[in-house]
Amino acid sequence: MKALCWHGKKDIRCDTVPDPQIEHPRDAIVKVSSCAICGSDLHLFNGFIPGMKRGDIVGHEFMGEVMEVGSENAKLKVGDRVVVPFTIICGECEQCRRGNFSVCERTNRNRALADKVFGHSTAGLFGYTHLTGGYAGGQAEYVRVPYADVGPVKIPAGVPDNQALFLGDIFPTGWQAAVQCDIQPEDTVAIWGAGPVGQFTIRAAVLLGARQVVAVDRVPERLSMAQAGGAIPINFEHESVIERLQDLTAGKGPDKCIDAVGLEAHVGLKHPDTIYDRAKQALMLESDRAHVLREMIYVCRPAGVLSVPGVYGGLIDKFPIGALMQKGLTVRTGQTHVNKWAQDLLRRIVEGEIDPSFVVTHNATLEDGPALYKTFRDKEDGCIKVVLTP
Amino acid sequence: MHQSRADAVASGLGFFSIALGLTEIVAPRLVKRAAGMRCSEGMVRLHGVREIATGLGLLLSWKRAPWVWGRVAGDAIDVASSRRPAALVALAGVTALDITTARQLSRDEQPALPYTYHDYSDRSGFPRPAAEMRGVGRIEARLPT
Repeated sequence: MKALCWHGKKDIRCDTVPDPQIEHPRDAIVKVSSCAICGSDLHLFNGFIPGMKRGDIVGHEFMGEVMEVGSENAKLKVGDRVVVPFTIICGECEQCRRGNFSVCERTNRNRALADKVFGHSTAGLFGYTHLTGGYAGGQAEYVRVPYADVGPVKIPAGVPDNQALFLGDIFPTGWQAAVQCDIQPEDTVAIWGAGPVGQFTIRAAVLLGARQVVAVDRVPERLSMAQAGGAIPINFEHESVIERLQDLTAGKGPDKCIDAVGLEAHVGLKHPDTIYDRAKQALMLESDRAHVLREMIYVCRPAGVLSVPGVYGGLIDKFPIGALMQKGLTVRTGQTHVNKWAQDLLRRIVEGEIDPSFVVTHNATLEDGPALYKTFRDKEDGCIKVVLTP
Repeated sequence: MHQSRADAVASGLGFFSIALGLTEIVAPRLVKRAAGMRCSEGMVRLHGVREIATGLGLLLSWKRAPWVWGRVAGDAIDVASSRRPAALVALAGVTALDITTARQLSRDEQPALPYTYHDYSDRSGFPRPAAEMRGVGRIEARLPT
């Protein structure tokens, strides 16, 4: 089969690889009908996340048709149409029973390695390094889905791929980012990053009733899409984020701040700390750039909430713990507990409350994938979200 | 040269530039004698500053091709100011590597398409204007009144 494989920094190729096989009675094999390139795939592409090996199949946003089912899998049958959440969950461990699916205690088959790096292992993930299990990803024609009697979400025939696909990651990620802020009707919610996750976070904050939603980015296309979704845009290349947020909140600061950027904050002369971070990254003295976290802590209203769906992988520097503590801020973060939200969000799609296909700017084939990684990374051609059809 | 390899070579050249620049600043006499340079020690230190600036630019920037071309220009200055044959041979090797890397990076970093603005102001994802959707998704908004 064809699959997109990681061969090193900035080197993704469309390779021919062996078809996946059922390895456990709970498995299923899914024939991928649509898959997407996620912003967090760019961290792998740019070489910021450790634990990749040459030839690893990438991709963790995918859906398709069940082709084969293991003997102990009573949930799925051949022909079912499913979205597969990016987190692999067992459904039986203590964390899964509590609904903390992204920290499932059983599915990371390299848990000893993750225990050493993070203190405790998190769930296995598709196509996202050997730290999270080294599972083959979904930017491929076929995928082996472990624990397929728990994770996959069945999709009704009337819901097209471009609407359903994002239930596997970015839609619930944006939703969780907003929900864990406990948004109140009088709140101003500021969201850094108007990429795909940021776009869904904006819509979630609007649906959850925030009085004012603000989007911070530098790409005009992203800001126009953010504004369409109900956000006030701030282009940080043209104006001061802190001054504008103070103006919008009568000097009080946003009640809730959401980091949908993560470890690769934009580097620019207007923000000297980003140059400092980039220099330390280049010298391997720091792994992640923390500009957004610093700015959120500085500008957030005291007793406010910081929500961090943006991916961080390692260590940051110059973290303003004093301001965080003195202002009594609450930090909520984590990979997304996709299965906690997916059914509810599917119902919202079916009922017409939201149509997630608004975010798709590029549809292409799997063979076009390597070039589109670069297009997406460089934000060229108005690219916000790429969907690939194997 | 594949892009990832050109990128790795560019990183290596960045670190090399910084190391060479520091050496030129700290021990200009040593560098001057080793390379047979026809200039003052102060000028060697200036070469060091140039090397460090180029190295930092290479390591910090996403668009690396201009910085590697900057190295090529620096190589030309070094060749012009050096007299020792062994140093010239070494410089020729480094210059060839710089040019190969710079050409590859220039190809890789060229935008696929010229920039044109894409207007997404009609992509709300909502069935009604965003202002009318405020609070529609709250759980209490779904309870019967």
